[in-house]
Amino acid sequence: MNIGGDGRAARSSVDRSRLPTPGPARPFKCPVIEKAVLGNGLRVWTVRHPAIPVTSLMLLVTRGAAADPRGREGLAALTLDMLDEGSGDRSAIQMHEALAAIGAQLDSDIGSDALLLGTTVLSRFTERALQLLADMLVRPAMREADFVRVRQLRLHRLAQLRDMPAALADRMFTSLLYGSHPYGHTPLGSETALADTSCDDVRAFHAAAIRPSDTTLIAVGDCDLDVTVRLAERVLADWSGSSSPSPTFGDELPRPARLNIIPRPGAPQSELRIGHVAVPRRTPDYYALVAANMILGGQFVSRINLNLREDKGFTYGARTSFDFRREPGPFTLQVSVHTASTARAIQESMAEISDVRGQRPVAADELAMGVAALTRGYPRSFETAEQIARAVTQLVVHELPDDYFAEFVPAVERVTPADVMEAATRHLHPDRLTTLIVGDLDAIGASLSDLGLGEPVVFAASA
Amino acid sequence: MNITFEKHTLANGLDVLVHQNHDCPIVAVSLWYHVGSKNEVPGRTGFAHLFEHLMFEGSEHHDYGFFQPLQAAGGTLNGSTNADRTNYWEVMPSSALELALWMESDRMGYLLPALTEAKFNNQRDVVLNERRQNYENRPYGLAPMVMLGALYPPDHPYHWTTIGEIDDLRRVRLDDVRAFFARYYHPANASLALAGNIAADQALTLARAYFEDIPAGPSVAPVRPDPVTLVDEQRLYHEDRVELPRLYIAWHTPAMFAEGDADLDLAADVLANGKTSRLYQRLVFERRIATDVSAAQNSREVGGFVQIAATAAPGHALAELETIIVEEIARLAADGPTEDEMARGRVQAESQFMFRLQSVGGFGGKSDQLNAYNTFLNDPDYFERDLDRYRRVTRESLQRTVDTHINHRRRVALSVVPRSRTELALGGSSRANVS
Repeated sequence: MNIGGDGRAARSSVDRSRLPTPGPARPFKCPVIEKAVLGNGLRVWTVRHPAIPVTSLMLLVTRGAAADPRGREGLAALTLDMLDEGSGDRSAIQMHEALAAIGAQLDSDIGSDALLLGTTVLSRFTERALQLLADMLVRPAMREADFVRVRQLRLHRLAQLRDMPAALADRMFTSLLYGSHPYGHTPLGSETALADTSCDDVRAFHAAAIRPSDTTLIAVGDCDLDVTVRLAERVLADWSGSSSPSPTFGDELPRPARLNIIPRPGAPQSELRIGHVAVPRRTPDYYALVAANMILGGQFVSRINLNLREDKGFTYGARTSFDFRREPGPFTLQVSVHTASTARAIQESMAEISDVRGQRPVAADELAMGVAALTRGYPRSFETAEQIARAVTQLVVHELPDDYFAEFVPAVERVTPADVMEAATRHLHPDRLTTLIVGDLDAIGASLSDLGLGEPVVFAASA
Repeated sequence: MNITFEKHTLANGLDVLVHQNHDCPIVAVSLWYHVGSKNEVPGRTGFAHLFEHLMFEGSEHHDYGFFQPLQAAGGTLNGSTNADRTNYWEVMPSSALELALWMESDRMGYLLPALTEAKFNNQRDVVLNERRQNYENRPYGLAPMVMLGALYPPDHPYHWTTIGEIDDLRRVRLDDVRAFFARYYHPANASLALAGNIAADQALTLARAYFEDIPAGPSVAPVRPDPVTLVDEQRLYHEDRVELPRLYIAWHTPAMFAEGDADLDLAADVLANGKTSRLYQRLVFERRIATDVSAAQNSREVGGFVQIAATAAPGHALAELETIIVEEIARLAADGPTEDEMARGRVQAESQFMFRLQSVGGFGGKSDQLNAYNTFLNDPDYFERDLDRYRRVTRESLQRTVDTHINHRRRVALSVVPRSRTELALGGSSRANVS
């Protein structure tokens, strides 16, 4: 707007009859990745981001919970958990004292397809931080006594999760959708499998699955590629071993019942999961589905949240997601609703999922809003070193091209309403949606029969 | 670490803080109102937070969802309420700053004409569901209600949680909302921080244009409750749908930024945060009688409390944990921290401080920090001195502060135990009254 004078005159120039139109997007510098490979196959990727003297380091290994052997569900995550329990002569406590001495907070994370160990530190500690990360990933002590303690804490944690409706729902839903498929368990695994897991299992998994040629060092901050390579060579170059075999995925998926419940007597809310196995990240429909999800349940102003929260007041919030993985990941709607509203919330949710395929056409302005949220908001995801490093992990895991960040905005902008409805029709199947409720069966049982989803299958809150 | 900024106070009392940073083409808008649950009264708890929800339901010149236009412009936004303040923020592409200012100023100036009984009832249902999801249906979720209820007397403004009591939420009427808005939501009780890819003069011109015609409201008297003390230990238990019993112990401590606040922050880390902490090593690592332990100095505007929480491993009663917690506090009060612990504490404080300043806004970030200093200290230029508070902590000051504030029995000890397992609670505990 054009404001003249001392600002007081500006009062009259504020037009409240319509919203101001934002100006054109200002240029945004995509992260530029510089790459090198060490002799042992380990990749070093750096991004210069000298905004503030902070560096983010991540060691990413493209093996995750899907690599857990049958009967050892949770092994990859347990192995990751053992990495910070000392290395060489260093005890677990000494390792954490060393990290604390440089103000480092350890970041460890695992999904189905990858695991990572990382940290963010003040830049003056970059070299020391990388040395500690390398010691943890490559030379962990893996002592029996530490293993017993760590496994026990994990078992306690699993027992506690039985009381957390959201965690209970996530774990059971994963198992309903995937059964014995490598994606059929959350990284935490199960109590029975963990009880059977030994320290030797962890040592063997570490030796077999964590290899330099499946590992990428991502460094973001005031990081020069040559300097980072020299640092990496010092602490990672004598690590050897060929790539481990990728997990094998069969085709067989279970056919779960349409309606499932874990009773939670007296629960004030029902925790719901509704969904089915959908698509892998490499689908050509990726951008159309990302846009479809924005419209359906991917943001506050999505159809499902506006319906269930802002119109009906059933919930504090509802959302949907496509979990894009290397193999087909789940589409999931998740919401926690007032017990009395359970059946209606399921009905409304299923109708919204069905309608986005075309029965309630995606309007051009509705799509434009979802697209704008994705594209105009894109630079926000690259503000901090850690955000950038996280974004770069996606390129590694999904083998995306170097120009992926630059291509994202134009690719999303090319999506049309027809693309959205066609992709939704191809990948969302209302007749195959599986619903899981963690809630008060006595209170809602009668209302569920109206849903037409058959008798609910009742599960115990086991882990 | 200095954050350069400009501060201007408009004629109606609104503070405008502007910080420029051109690394990323985004701008953060952060608007704090100096009102929280401590401005509520018994019988009307949960009100400040319910009101925050209504701020997202439209205003006179944009009478539908607050999210639509801002998300369509590529912004992200949220708000939150705590005991001392309510904040609203947007992080926008910098070319969409004016839109965010339009929206924020419209709800500051013109909320009530758009407020209806239907919106009010809907958001009350949403809040009741928020309470169910985050407190009632969550393991240990009601512990904060019990702890605050026992630490503070019924007429003290920290006696209740921000989410409030169910009966109170049901009792609120639309007229209460109107009175609350008139009293607290006006320029003289607010602080606006703009940070990011903007020119300072242009940002100020826009802020003036949108906010200067909103009339100043009545001045808000500070909430100054009488100092509180506990005369002895109060032991309570609560039966919950949990697998493992958890012990919470809390003591009254100094307020935010007061003498001793930084010492207690560092003491909490030495005692119970991370694997290097004394209680983690003894309870979880060596004795293996607990599955986790944590501690925090919860510093608030008119008072603080240190709370230590520890979950017992299966087969262990909370009394075993309590013995060791008390021992370790006494040891820290007697001998102070080691030089290593001090060095770690200082570098961690510096690192955390820098990490918080990596972003321009959102929950945290530079705009949020500017508003915090401005609202609570009337001094946004406090970054370096804030960090100095931690640099000035010595072994002796930490030791003395621990001894004075938490090395005694004037505390609340809350045992949350599995249903029908009251024998796991500390001996002599009485049943807490909570829902």
